[in-house]
This record gives sequence, structure tokens and C-alpha cells, in this order.
Amino acid sequence: MNKLRRIAKPVSHLVVLGLLVLGIHLPAAQAGLISTETVVNAEQVQQDRERLRDMLTREDVKNQLLARGVSPDQIEARVDGLTDSEVQTLAAKIDQLPAGAGVLEVALVVFLVLLVTDILGYTDIFPFVKKPAKR
Amino acid sequence: MCRKKAVRFIPGGFLIMGLLLTAGCAAPLQTDRLLQTARAFPQPVELSEVPFFPQEAYQCGPAALASALNWTGVPATPEALAPQVYLPERKGSLQLELLAAARRHGRIPYVLRPQLESLFAEVASGNPVLVLQNLGLSWIPKWHYAVVVGFDLPRNQIVLRSGLKQRHVIPIHVFERTWRRGNYWATVVMPPDRLPHTAEELPYLQSVVPLERLKRWREAAAAYNAALKRWPKSLPAQLGRGNSLYALGDLHGAEQAFRQAVRDHPDSVPALNNLAQTLADQGRWRQAERVALRAVELGGPLLDASRETLDQILQHTSTNNLLGPD
Repeated sequence: MNKLRRIAKPVSHLVVLGLLVLGIHLPAAQAGLISTETVVNAEQVQQDRERLRDMLTREDVKNQLLARGVSPDQIEARVDGLTDSEVQTLAAKIDQLPAGAGVLEVALVVFLVLLVTDILGYTDIFPFVKKPAKR
Repeated sequence: MCRKKAVRFIPGGFLIMGLLLTAGCAAPLQTDRLLQTARAFPQPVELSEVPFFPQEAYQCGPAALASALNWTGVPATPEALAPQVYLPERKGSLQLELLAAARRHGRIPYVLRPQLESLFAEVASGNPVLVLQNLGLSWIPKWHYAVVVGFDLPRNQIVLRSGLKQRHVIPIHVFERTWRRGNYWATVVMPPDRLPHTAEELPYLQSVVPLERLKRWREAAAAYNAALKRWPKSLPAQLGRGNSLYALGDLHGAEQAFRQAVRDHPDSVPALNNLAQTLADQGRWRQAERVALRAVELGGPLLDASRETLDQILQHTSTNNLLGPD
């Protein structure tokens, strides 16, 4: 499976490049119209080169999501909902960004530290701790 | 043996605690500033109708998002949302993916300014706010999503839909410390026809544009309409409205929108170019040519696009040489 992924990335890049060479239009613009995105990000009119980069980054993020256990039939739609700059962020920091889970697995020592910080009102881990009303 | 170790551990623990507390006290909380104005906002606010979905293991992202979406009339359950946002290897959900999922449901996520005032202003105007918290400490993070549904300044309380608790009521400064560790990240999830209370023009339009990529043209058009009510001369909103109507096949509506844009911004190449294209699509070649020519004359970074439009129009007028109704 891992091997497959390692191969999949360069291959998908090649496919994208191939599509571009064939002159297939990028999705950013409708025929003849200048897109709203261009106007909203007025300072940075996208050159073809940048659009290519964005497309490759999108492929990259798709592979990264796949490698992190997202089901293949969801990948496309999940990436489509992101803006170009969000895609850049994800591509660069997918493992550093906070992943909200709401669950904590910690040792007893840490439990005690957090219990105290909870009682003092610095953290909010344990629902049974009554938080101080004054600070 | 064990006991000895424990004894030795305790002073170390206190030292750590001491460091933690002094570090915590160093930066002033926004809460203090806000509570000083409590008298100006004495009424407690609570959106008690915001639905609650108790979170299953690791699924606070889908649960919080489901609350926010259901409030705007999208009947999504956490179970249905989990495959759209949950990242199995990280055992959690990323902020950006929550935003993307909201867009997939035709809703507009708008990330707020990182301050309590914005958060409370949204809640007070009827919009629950999805927040990222670090309930633990920076070095023992417990990342968590919750939804702020109410607050009471005089009593220093904030009300959240959080985890397994439908009404999690905590002092505002405790909330702020957990929220501050989440970098004050907060977002509202809006139906397209309503603006967030704290919306600013460009950031709001930047959060509408991604709907276009998803081909949510109907919702995008509604959002641009709403934006034009607050900022009637906004060029991106006018163009966005035109582009959405064009994509929906409403050439007449698109033309009106682009005309308005040209009227308010006579030197805007995108407005002129898109008007020209829309006129050409309706077979009004002579008008289209005039407008496209003007766009090309203005030059600028979009020259390639406007020249292409003009060329395509000229090609038609020269080969056919029959001019449609003006």
C-alpha cells in the first residue's frame, strides 16, 4: 500500500502535466469571464505557472489525505471545498495543525497537573471540576 | 521505593505549576477589558434553540459542525459529517476542513477577528460561534471544538455546546484561556442570504468565492446579493453576482450586474470584459465590441484575458459581417 502511494504521487503529477500540455482548460475561469477570485485577490493576478502550482498542490494534499486514512471517495470533494491558500497551508503543515478531537490520553502524573490547573481555572479538561468564578 | 519517587516528584510538580501560573499571568486577558464594559451589555444572551449533538470519541469536530449547520437549516448529523472532516491518522478534525465541509453544504463559514467582542457580537445577533480550544496546556494539548451559544457578562459566564454537555457553563476567563491556546480561532457558519454581524467587505467576499469552485452558484449569488445590500458599490460583490448569474444561465441578470459594476467602476477591466462577453453571448456583437475594446485599451495585468475576448468578438463580426440587434 505504501509503495503504491509512493508511486501514485509522481504519476499523478505527470498526469496533471500531461493534461496541461494537452491544453485542457483549468477550472479557474469560465469561458471568457474573468473570475471573481481574480478580483478578490486583486494584487495577485494568477499566472499560468501559479495556477499549475496550485493544481499540483491540490494533488499533493489529496495524496496526503489518502495517506492519513481518508476514504478515497471523499478525497476529491474534501479538497474542492478549500481555497488555494488553504490548500497551500494544508500541504505544508498537515501534521502540525491542531486536530480537534476533544479526547485526551494521558498518564496519571499529567492527570494530576491538569486537575490542579483545572481547579485554578487555567484549563477546562474535567467537567466535574467546579471552575472558580473569580480570577 | 515507589513512595520515595513520588515524594521527590512533588516539589518538581510545584515548580512546574509555579512557572505555569506566572507565565499565565503575564499576558492580560481580553476578559478583563470586556467585563469592565459589562454594564453596557447587562442582558444575558442564550441561543437555547441551537441543537446539540453529544460527541462520540474524537468526533467533536463533526458534532460542533452539525450544531452550527443545523442551526442554519442544513439537516446534517455528526455521523454524516465525520467522513467529510475526520482525519483518521490525526484522530481529529482540522479547522480548514471544517470550513470546507460547511461550504460543501452551501453555507458560508466566516472566520472572526480573534477577539471576545467579535465572538459575543455574533452570539448576540443570533449566530452561534464554532471555536477551537486547547482545553489542556500548550505542552499537553487537548484540542477541542465547541459552539458558543450564550454569555452573561455581569455573572462572568459563557455557555457552550461542548462534548457531552449540552449546556457547559464556565467563567469567561477560563474559556478565554482555553480559546487563547487555540489562537482565538472562531468561525460562524452562515446561510448565504445573511451576513455575519461583524462581516467586513473583503474578508466576507473571500469566504464566498470558494463556493464558486464547488459550483454552488445559487448560494453564491444569494451571498453576493446580501453583500450588495451592505456594500452597494462593492466591485467584487457586483462581479461575483454577475458571474454566478452567468453560470446559472441567467444572461440578462448577469448583464445587469456587470452594467452596474461598469457604472460604479468605469475603469474596471474585469467588469468591462465580463460585460462584453455576456453581450456577445446574447448576439449583441456591436455593443460587445465597443465594451471589449474599452477593456483592452485600459490594459493592465488582465490584458491577455480582455484581448482574447475582443479577438473572439472581432472574429465573429468580421466573418459574419452581419450585425445583430445593437
